[in-house]
Amino acid sequence: MIVITIVLVVMVLAALWASLTTLLLRATIALALTSAMLAVVMYSLGATFAAVLELSVCAGLISVVFVSVISLTQRRPFKDYVTRRLSRMRRFWPLPLVLVAIGVALSFVHTPVHIVLPLPNGDGDVRTVMWTLRQMDLFGQILILLAGVFGVLVFFKKDTSDGK
Amino acid sequence: MVSDIPQSFWLYVIFAVLLLVDGLWCMLATQNLLRIIIGLEILMKSVTFFLIVAGYLSGRMALAQAMVITVIVIEVVVVVAAAGIVLGFHRKHDTLNIRSTRTLKG
Repeated sequence: MIVITIVLVVMVLAALWASLTTLLLRATIALALTSAMLAVVMYSLGATFAAVLELSVCAGLISVVFVSVISLTQRRPFKDYVTRRLSRMRRFWPLPLVLVAIGVALSFVHTPVHIVLPLPNGDGDVRTVMWTLRQMDLFGQILILLAGVFGVLVFFKKDTSDGK
Repeated sequence: MVSDIPQSFWLYVIFAVLLLVDGLWCMLATQNLLRIIIGLEILMKSVTFFLIVAGYLSGRMALAQAMVITVIVIEVVVVVAAAGIVLGFHRKHDTLNIRSTRTLKG
């Protein structure tokens, strides 16, 4: 439990770093670290398939997308870095305090909560659920992926008009 | 079946709520379009975490994982499409400042 608590703390600190840092590249690295820590927590809770997907897709693919976009858009000179950092600190300085306050407040909540759990019906394996119980989700995912692909194609379409 | 929530559940909930607040703050306090996507990503991480914890608590981890896999696929498509919009916006206006979107038509 101590190891998981440390991993959870690192996860939130990485997310905080992603919010606070001035450089977008560092924010991307922090986001990837958050995903990696979340994958570790998922694995420890028994969600192995989701953990692998989180690690490969969220920590890998999305980081690549972010780095590509940053490399295509960032043209600011480094000398205004200090100015931007000060401006950023003015907007974000309460965030760590707010997070600590919420964490401490929630840790003192000892409300006895009773929840009604569904009877376990033996879902068994995630593959069984994906291919039988939630089969329509797969069609939805395929449609969403196609929508994403066509959306990106539309965004990157060449402007063939003559400017009129 | 009525059950008490185990103590470890609160630990997971606290950290998921912290992620949620962090993502919301990141989205609301920034003026950079890319940072808004990063805030959205942190929010999605929180939702994913909540789903997994719910599956762990209810003992239906397979169903929770199926949901999480769907969420991750949607997350990727949203990020890629949003990145495309950001790039298009940057080409047109040469900035990533959200305030420049006021000049858009429509």
